[in-house]
Amino acid sequence: MRDLLLVLPLLIPLSTAVIGLLFWSRPHLQRALATVGAGLLLASGLGLLVSVRHGGIHTVQVGAWPAPFGITLAADLFSAIMVVLTGLIGLAAVLYSLGSMDAHRERFGYYPLVHILLLGVCGAFLTGDIFNLYVWFEVMLISSFVLMALGGERAQLEGAIKYVTLNLMSSALFLAAVGVLYGIAGTLNMADLSKTLRATPRPDLVLAPAMLLLVAFGIKAAIFPLFFWLPASYHTPPVAVSALFAGLLTKVGVYAMIRVFTLLFDHHAHSAHLIILVASGLTMVTGVLGAVAQNELRRILSFHIISQIGYMIMGLGLFTPISLAGSIFYIAHHIIVKTNLFLISGLVFQLQGSYQLKRLGGLYRKHPGLAALFLTPALSLAGMPPLSGFWAKLILVKAGLELQQYLIVAVSLMVSLLTLFSMLKIWNEAFWKAAPAEHSASLSRGTQLALFLPVLGLAAITLWIGLMPEPLFSLSEQAAQQLVDPTEYIRRTLGE
Amino acid sequence: MSLILALVLTFVLAAMAPRLHGLLREASGWVLALWPLAWTIYLGGLTGRITQGDPLYIRYPWMPQLGVSLSFYVDGLGLLFGLLISGIGALVLIYSGGYLKKHRHLGRFYLFILSFMGSMLGLVLTGNLIALFVFWELTSLSSYFLIGFEHEREEARQAALQALLVTGIGGLALLAGLLLLGEAGGTLELTVLLERGEALRASPYYLPALILILVGAFTKSAQVPFHFWLPNAMEAPTPVSAYLHSATMVKAGVYLLARLSPALGGTAAWQIGVTGGGLATMVLGAIMALGPSDLKRILAYSTVSTLGALTFLLGLGTPLAVKAAMTLLLAHALYKGALFLVAGAVDHETGTRDVWKLGGLGPSMPITATAAGMAALSMAGLPPSLGFISKELLYEAQLHALHLPALLAGAGVLASALLVAVAGVVGLRPFFGHPVHRTGHLHDPPPSLWLGPLLLGGAGIALAIAPDMAASPLTTAAVSAVLGKPTVVELRLWHGLNPSLALSALTVLAGAGLYAAQPFLLDIAARARLKEWAARWGPQRGYERMLQGLNALATTQTRLLQSGFLRFYLMIIILTTIALVGSTIAIREPLSRWMGRIVDARPYELMIVVLMGLATLMAVLTSSRLAAVAALGIVGYGVALLYMLFGAPDLAMTQFAVETLTVILLVLVVYRLPRFTRLSGRPARLRDAALALAAGGMMTALMLMVLSAPLKSRLAPFFAANSLTLAKGRNVVNVILVDFRALDTLGEITVLAVAAIGVYALLKLRME
Repeated sequence: MRDLLLVLPLLIPLSTAVIGLLFWSRPHLQRALATVGAGLLLASGLGLLVSVRHGGIHTVQVGAWPAPFGITLAADLFSAIMVVLTGLIGLAAVLYSLGSMDAHRERFGYYPLVHILLLGVCGAFLTGDIFNLYVWFEVMLISSFVLMALGGERAQLEGAIKYVTLNLMSSALFLAAVGVLYGIAGTLNMADLSKTLRATPRPDLVLAPAMLLLVAFGIKAAIFPLFFWLPASYHTPPVAVSALFAGLLTKVGVYAMIRVFTLLFDHHAHSAHLIILVASGLTMVTGVLGAVAQNELRRILSFHIISQIGYMIMGLGLFTPISLAGSIFYIAHHIIVKTNLFLISGLVFQLQGSYQLKRLGGLYRKHPGLAALFLTPALSLAGMPPLSGFWAKLILVKAGLELQQYLIVAVSLMVSLLTLFSMLKIWNEAFWKAAPAEHSASLSRGTQLALFLPVLGLAAITLWIGLMPEPLFSLSEQAAQQLVDPTEYIRRTLGE
Repeated sequence: MSLILALVLTFVLAAMAPRLHGLLREASGWVLALWPLAWTIYLGGLTGRITQGDPLYIRYPWMPQLGVSLSFYVDGLGLLFGLLISGIGALVLIYSGGYLKKHRHLGRFYLFILSFMGSMLGLVLTGNLIALFVFWELTSLSSYFLIGFEHEREEARQAALQALLVTGIGGLALLAGLLLLGEAGGTLELTVLLERGEALRASPYYLPALILILVGAFTKSAQVPFHFWLPNAMEAPTPVSAYLHSATMVKAGVYLLARLSPALGGTAAWQIGVTGGGLATMVLGAIMALGPSDLKRILAYSTVSTLGALTFLLGLGTPLAVKAAMTLLLAHALYKGALFLVAGAVDHETGTRDVWKLGGLGPSMPITATAAGMAALSMAGLPPSLGFISKELLYEAQLHALHLPALLAGAGVLASALLVAVAGVVGLRPFFGHPVHRTGHLHDPPPSLWLGPLLLGGAGIALAIAPDMAASPLTTAAVSAVLGKPTVVELRLWHGLNPSLALSALTVLAGAGLYAAQPFLLDIAARARLKEWAARWGPQRGYERMLQGLNALATTQTRLLQSGFLRFYLMIIILTTIALVGSTIAIREPLSRWMGRIVDARPYELMIVVLMGLATLMAVLTSSRLAAVAALGIVGYGVALLYMLFGAPDLAMTQFAVETLTVILLVLVVYRLPRFTRLSGRPARLRDAALALAAGGMMTALMLMVLSAPLKSRLAPFFAANSLTLAKGRNVVNVILVDFRALDTLGEITVLAVAAIGVYALLKLRME
């Protein structure tokens, strides 16, 4: 049963995609299938989380080859939390797609592609093998690339080219790092690597692959100064796709970074953690300034992703149990909030036909419900209490103060004010300002349901985390504990 | 339990208010006012036990790991504030129902103002620093929505944003300060912290925490130089100005100072910062109040002045000063709330708030005029009003101050005299004298609009005439809480013939003079171009400059970083890699160690390498695409040969196949393309070459470095040993692919499948 729980998050999206591909020319069937598949993925993720929380870290030796010779799948709390979030965001994006995706894209394998992307993401979260992680990255990259380019609009292709080129750069560096690590340690299993690197006679060699991975995952996570692909591409595909990407892709990079810099390079790389901390501050600042400079909804939101990534790796840079818990809490909060904001930008587009702030207006007057739905994630993103983002920042700020890292604390607080400024710019222009032109779009009842349901659900979760932050924080704390002390992870993975 | 329930219900009621308004229509304000009334009665019921020194303390865990709880601590200070918030809240709700009767969004107005009330009550009743901060920010946020209530007006939106940003900066400073305080005191619970004053003041965190907290308090309570948002916030509907921006929210900073003074007060830093800031604000606010012609802006500046006085008194921190502060707090909330509501009623009836366009309204609006008169009496500090008592106490505190009593008293007299004049401007001028406005059809507003001002103005008199009924016990409880020890306060209108009374008399005379001389003074100010000077150098200008600077910085930075050129992005990424990875190699490895390894190579290996190098050079330099493709093919074949030489024949075969296929495919594509054109100039090409060489050099060095340590892997022997026996395959590489690491292969197959879909879709699906 435990083994099954660990494999299901891979099996469900894979089979959903494969069955979907078999019914290539039956979009209706694919829609139903994709929805059910995403729902099941969420359910299996929740099952895994509960099981890991009660039964400790789960591992499966694929093909029954003992570690470190085969590939090991491993789920600790951090992985399980990420899988749950993947299921949640997948479900939200699929639901939203039901009401917004055009028939052309649906006929060219849109839904199976989404599920392959989810497969790649879950694979990255669940693998215990660094080369296998690379493979899942490739699955993610190719499926996201095709999703991004699907439709072949000019802007889409231009964005997709930048996206894929820069991400291939990341893949190359990742692969080089894996090679170097194998050269040093002679193994690919991350638990085994952790053990071997700890005991290596040449600790001086370890820093180089650490830096390679920092750059490789830094590109994926879109940190300063490696984030260029993100603002260049995220505003081009349909909004459901942007929302899915915004929620998940960069976070896989952050996950991988946290994983390797806790499991593999915790002993050797104090300088690496310092570099991460510096990068986190610069990422926050450059990201938020980028957002301030934009006047298009999705571009503003895209730059905010970057800025927020800074907070997530701030916890890693500080490297204490509480700061890591803060990072995990932040990731969970951010994924929900950011996906929702993208979905809401899509709703705004549906209602007013533009993403340009100067062409929007009057939404507060005409659509108070949408206004409330926007405010919840927007204010949460800015860290307004008592929403989820406030607690996420509070944990990190407190962790920073405990370590007397005042500079990063000051930066993180200032950036949250700038985030608020930027969110209020959207509010001011799109919601408060009088509408520049009458534009009335009417949505059918079914479409409305598909579009509003995920937005409402995600907003409710944001509010719930805000009012009752304790459960998520305990969970994050336990997850962080497992990261700080990987003995159990190593023991279970190597089956000792 | 009842407390948290009441608070939650306040927010629930706020959320339901738009619906309720839809049902109740005309009566909505009256009905909704029942809730704050219930709060008033509930809090009033607590008065007994609190005045007897038995504060209420309840604690619910919220985020226990961080020391955050939703605890409630109701002592005399919280009680005084709570009663003001709920009592004035009830009147303001009634007033709003009449004032905004025809407004499209009255329902949403109730939502925001009730949310504010809940937040403000939470702020003054909570006993945990983080919970306090949560409510603090919520008051700022509800203030934002209320200032921007007329959201289609640009000015209202700008004022709302300004208020939120200024208080927001303060809020962030406050959060940092509170957390530092928590670090210093080891807890975030107020009750415990208040007992650890000595340890806190000795902590190294004390000074930074104090400064940060003061920034928070000063921005919220509109102290100079952060005061400028408050007059601009007058864009809000008048009941909001009365409630948030004079009676309650702006006093949150004062509340915080009072709340924390047992823990933080009494030091030199506190004295200088709080007293100095307050004093400056008191005087400057009063001076600025004489300038504007808009009733609400005048009241706003006079509010700034009083907030300064309150801050100043808490800075002094003597029992006399605290006594004066608490009395002034009560008096000001009553009279200023009343005056704002009067201003709204006048605006409502006459359509203007310009003091120079108003006059002689008294006969036609007798009730409003009475309310205004009573409130103005209190504001001017004339007997028999609470304002009089509080001014006497202010003078007494100043005269008994440890340092510079004469200067302090002088400043006090100046500010008070100015306020006397201002009271005349807002309380007398519109109602007496020549009717400037056509008064024929004017009359008092409906009861909902005069009830509030009349009750508030009347309370300012009644509480002074019979102080022992409510004013004395309430201030006693509040003063005891602020001083941290039981203190009895007996408020009296008659203090005997003493220096304070003399100063009072002087104040009234000077005030009357100032009132008469106001046009003359304004003329001088206009000639000295004071307004222009303030617009150029004032903090408002600083705020605008900062916003402009921010936008300029953001635009420049983004244009530089996100330039849109892929080659630029790649360059930065490669440079970063070289910097980060290269530094780890360069620091540790002496160059000689690698050279030795290169010499080890056999001659034919070197030949292949040289050939590959030449081919690379050719690929870079040639202007024919075909030649470049062929040259790249040579590089690939070279790699395959090296695989062969180092004992990996299957890899070599794969590589040969891939290279051949790639070259053929590329040639097919290239055939249709034009020749190379050289787009970049010589410097750019040299730069790129240097970058490429550096990156290649770094990777080479890295590889050599790794190879310098012998590879000991358990994996290869395991695969070799078990490939046939367990996995039933002779070809170890294949067995690795399909069995030992089959999951990787599954992933790669998926990649290929998706790529195929992608190619198909790109060819077939054109959205445009």
